[in-house]
Amino acid sequence: MTGLLDLELVFVTGKGGVGKTTVATALAVLAAQHHRRVLLCEVDAKGDVAGYTETSPAGFEPAEVLPGLSAMSMDTEASLREYLKLQLRIPVVGRIGPLAKAFDFVATAAPGVREILTVGKFCYEVRERHYDMVVVDAPATGHVVGQLAAPQGINDLVKVGLIRSQTDWMLDILSDPERTGLVAVCTPEEMPVNETIELAARVRDETTVRLDTVVVNRVLPELFGRSEEAVFEALSLPGPAGALASALPGDPTPVLDAARLAVTLRRTRATHLDRLREALDDSVDMLYLPYLFTRSHGLRTTRQVAASLGEELGL
Amino acid sequence: MTPPPSQRRGHGHAADEPTIDGLLAAKEIAVACGPGGVGKTTTAAALAATAAVHHGGKVLVLTVDPARRLANALGLDGLGNTERRVPPEAFRAAGAKPRGQLWAAMLDTKESWDALIRRHAPDATTRDQILANPLYANIAGRFVQSHDYIAMERLFEIHAEGDYDLIVVDTPPTRNALDFLDAPRRMADFFSSRLLRWLIVPYRSRLVNVASRPFYSIADRILGTQFLADIAEFFILFQSMYDGFVARADAVTRLLSDRRTTFVVVSTLETVPLREAEFFASELTGRKLHLGAIVLNKVLPDSLRSSEATAVAEHLRDATAEVAEAVAPALAAVDAELGQVDQVQRVLGEVAESFLNFRVVAVREAEARSHLATAPDVLATVPFFDTDIYDLGGLLRLGAAVWGT
Repeated sequence: MTGLLDLELVFVTGKGGVGKTTVATALAVLAAQHHRRVLLCEVDAKGDVAGYTETSPAGFEPAEVLPGLSAMSMDTEASLREYLKLQLRIPVVGRIGPLAKAFDFVATAAPGVREILTVGKFCYEVRERHYDMVVVDAPATGHVVGQLAAPQGINDLVKVGLIRSQTDWMLDILSDPERTGLVAVCTPEEMPVNETIELAARVRDETTVRLDTVVVNRVLPELFGRSEEAVFEALSLPGPAGALASALPGDPTPVLDAARLAVTLRRTRATHLDRLREALDDSVDMLYLPYLFTRSHGLRTTRQVAASLGEELGL
Repeated sequence: MTPPPSQRRGHGHAADEPTIDGLLAAKEIAVACGPGGVGKTTTAAALAATAAVHHGGKVLVLTVDPARRLANALGLDGLGNTERRVPPEAFRAAGAKPRGQLWAAMLDTKESWDALIRRHAPDATTRDQILANPLYANIAGRFVQSHDYIAMERLFEIHAEGDYDLIVVDTPPTRNALDFLDAPRRMADFFSSRLLRWLIVPYRSRLVNVASRPFYSIADRILGTQFLADIAEFFILFQSMYDGFVARADAVTRLLSDRRTTFVVVSTLETVPLREAEFFASELTGRKLHLGAIVLNKVLPDSLRSSEATAVAEHLRDATAEVAEAVAPALAAVDAELGQVDQVQRVLGEVAESFLNFRVVAVREAEARSHLATAPDVLATVPFFDTDIYDLGGLLRLGAAVWGT
């Protein structure tokens, strides 16, 4: 089986707020550390990647942000311009303005047209081997299926024309599990887990892309083993609580309460993770990333997450 | 650090201080918005349920989240486009005596689009042609921003029917939290656009002027003639509903900026969601929309920041062995198994470390809260609930936390 870092095109998705951009950036950083030439593409141009690599926001033209790692931001108009120039050899530089506007218009209305330009650009970078690996910080769970299904959808809707002939090679790349994979990021909470289970089903039914890995982000540490937990519980009984209070410079209750909150959170979350594992095909890898207490954003976080990903992948 | 005055506002203060209770009593529509993953849907449901308990009247929560759990929590076996009443037994089971009624509905994009077409189509033939158009089925579900638009449209419709005293609406998870605000205007622009008319010209008449010919030839090469023709036919049909759409979109926009409408931004104190929520709050203010409240979910307990508790945890971390020696006999008195010193030491070490870990997060988040750039009338914080919310009782507990009671 191909490892995550051996893929050529990786889409990273997840419900909002679970750390999708962090994981996408960390994966790109990790691959670059392993001497792969990596392109990191941001689709929802919010400029978040810049915050995770401590660089200025990327444009459509890839720029190297860290050694071996380039970043770009998807722009459908720029993608259309490039497409016309490269694929159709249409010399319409002067007319591209109104054309792009009209195109934007059609794309607003017609399903899949905008998506195909986005996905097409990624497939193109893969086909031309400008990079060893293209990591896409893809749209959130709800939108990504539409994007990944677009080439097939266009194939069904558009019977002739150049776009039609373009979708075939895209589908070849997207459908090859040795080359393309989807990474779903979630946290061990109820809603993100539910959404990931739904995503897995939709990806299987509606797209030709394979769900390669589920990354579970912000996993809280297991504080106690079974017998240790019994000790912890007993610490609140009158006798031990009194002994503890007199051995400490103040009231231990808030400290014990905080540990209890940590234990309960961890336990509730563990049940969601069991449910997730059960619902996913055995072929889907699950990787676990620890909750980071010290920082939740920035290059430092990205590097820590990259290191944890590396450990999880056995690198 | 002394929190700014806005943070001390809650429930039961001086009568002239804004509270969430007063806010929801005064408004007819509350729009819950904010980044994804912060408990927006649950918060919207909690606000509606709590308003039904305290205020009486008919309260509706209109959600866009197809989660079954919310329906179950409300004691319903499912939610659909049509409003359903939350059974009074669900309130009784939660130990609450509501003065009013709670109703719930879930947005169904396809069904709402169909209803919209039926309403605006100029005649039965056009209506049937649109509903049967192969592109329509595709577009109604996937139209860019169609979800956003239809949510606001449905809100307008329900409000116009005048059946509810308060409508709490949960906004769709959008790429950009502001999309739904622009959706009505964008939809109107779309249908009034000259570009659209230009695009469908060749399918209306054979007179394609010289200037536009290159465009069609390129568009044909890219998309294929048939696809373009399909799109054009669809829009020609759709254009017949232009006036209705534009008038409606304007009315929806007016409703959102009406003084009877307020916005409740929901977030957590984590860096990224909070930044998004702040951006959203400032945009609302910039658009002269009413930012009524910011609700911060999953806030860690204040005790994590107490200097006394921190001193205790630090002592426990530094002198784990001594404390373990001192406590072990008392534990052994409960059960001999529990008194092994090395095990007690491991447990105490973990307890101290865990407290100090969470303390860092609590301090960082409190700092973020005190630097909130936009001060809403009401800033409510909701503690980290250690279990998921499964029933109306859970929603009411969340509501009580927002109310500050």
